[in-house]
Amino acid sequence: MTAARWQAAWTVLVFLFILTPIASLVVFSFNADRFPSLPWGGFSLKWYVAIFQDDSVRAGFWRSLRVSAIVSVLATFIGFATAYTDYRYNFRGKLPYLAIAALPPTVPVLILGLGMLSFFSMVNLVGTLSAVIAGHVVICAPFAMALIRMRLADMSPDIEPAAWNLGASRWATMWSITIPWCMPAILAGLAITAAVSFDEFMVAWFVSGLEETLPVRILALLQGQVSPRINAIGSLVFFISITLVAIAQVITPRQAR
Amino acid sequence: MAPSSKPRRRFDGFATFWGAPALIWQTAFFLVPLGLLVAMTFWAVKSYRLTPDFTARNWERMFTRDYFWTGYLYTFELAALVAVLASVIAFPAAHYLAFRASPRARRIAIFLLVTPFFTSYLVRIYSWKIILSTEGVLNVMFGWLGLGPFEMLNNAFGATIGYLTLCLPLTVMIQYFALSNIDRSLIGAAHNLGCGPLRTTVSVTIPAAKIGLILAATFAFILTFGDYVSPAYLGGGTPPTLSILIVDQTKSGNHWPRASVVAVTMVFTLITVLFAALFAAYGRPGAKK
Repeated sequence: MTAARWQAAWTVLVFLFILTPIASLVVFSFNADRFPSLPWGGFSLKWYVAIFQDDSVRAGFWRSLRVSAIVSVLATFIGFATAYTDYRYNFRGKLPYLAIAALPPTVPVLILGLGMLSFFSMVNLVGTLSAVIAGHVVICAPFAMALIRMRLADMSPDIEPAAWNLGASRWATMWSITIPWCMPAILAGLAITAAVSFDEFMVAWFVSGLEETLPVRILALLQGQVSPRINAIGSLVFFISITLVAIAQVITPRQAR
Repeated sequence: MAPSSKPRRRFDGFATFWGAPALIWQTAFFLVPLGLLVAMTFWAVKSYRLTPDFTARNWERMFTRDYFWTGYLYTFELAALVAVLASVIAFPAAHYLAFRASPRARRIAIFLLVTPFFTSYLVRIYSWKIILSTEGVLNVMFGWLGLGPFEMLNNAFGATIGYLTLCLPLTVMIQYFALSNIDRSLIGAAHNLGCGPLRTTVSVTIPAAKIGLILAATFAFILTFGDYVSPAYLGGGTPPTLSILIVDQTKSGNHWPRASVVAVTMVFTLITVLFAALFAAYGRPGAKK
């Protein structure tokens, strides 16, 4: 059994590696010392107080919150519409249609960012939150589409035709059958897309200009000196996104039956 | 499956309402920007202004510079190294989750693997920057043992730690799914025929999960190849990776056409790698087993 023991120990190590940066981040955000390291300098909330008093951090936080709220609604709507189209219709060009709907997350964000920067600068949108929102929706919609499409896969394709035969219009069927069925996936999609948008920094960095979102602020701080304030902001950002991801995972319908 | 099977070509408002949003949005904000990126590689910068043109000068300029090829090779090597490292590190863990762990442990593990994918990569890299620094937690601990301090930042080691942070969760997850889809009776049969655990893994489990294992390594390569944060903040930026070249050309150099040349080269490289990987995973196209 020793082989199995070694394997278990290795697995624990791999997970430790994955979790270490988060644990260290949060722990040292409460450390009183100026440099986040050992020995422990005593418990303190002063770095949190400091960031709440920092205007640029507060402004970035509200921008990120606004952007992610709008992005999650738009991306989830587009994701639902695409998933439903894939579920209900067959048409010529469906494969390329689905490809452009699903591919954006596989393109490195740096390259998307550069492309969007040049595009938005031509239409004079660089430096606006609208540009950030448009870019984030591109990245986020495929996640919502995937979640909702999985949910639709569990809905019998005969249910909607049954409603139509009974005289319900397609809009009424959509409203009273399809959308309620998809609701858990729609809510999960809202949460996941909000989390992705809230964390995204590369596209935002390229197109936001002076309208820095919170992750862009963090990126700017990273270029300066190490400060426990970044630990505090990071912990806050992490806490918000993990809450959203946890919500999504709890309400995502289990596939196993 | 269209609700109206009659052969008519009337405008269908309902279908259009649901089909059009993705088409419109992704064309406007995904395809057009990417197309513009390709077009821009042929544009010129005249007295600091971007001017549409049709010149090969940007391509010439980048492709004849040593720093471009140094950067290209370095980026490629790092990505290949990380793809191998991540696969090797992930495999025992994925194998453990797929074959030995309890269902409860498995559920918790999946949650822990999904979470990092959606939670601030930037913040995790910042955290590593502190942990690995000369006065950081790790070096303090090494100091207790009378070792160090070690230089773990601003070199390939630091960058690799960052890259692994980025792709290890995904690698473990894809490998785990690949391994759990293996037909268990194959492994039982191998055992019945007298195969030891190691031999079973090498000659039955790994070939059976080949597609998933190759995909996992490919994703690690793609993520590493395009990443900017790890090489810039943990790797120290020297030699510059392609991602750093892009950012430099865009942010400080203000020469977008040259940055686009690098970006388009990266996209072509990634597509080539992806097809090579799919070919390796599925064999010759059309030749089904």
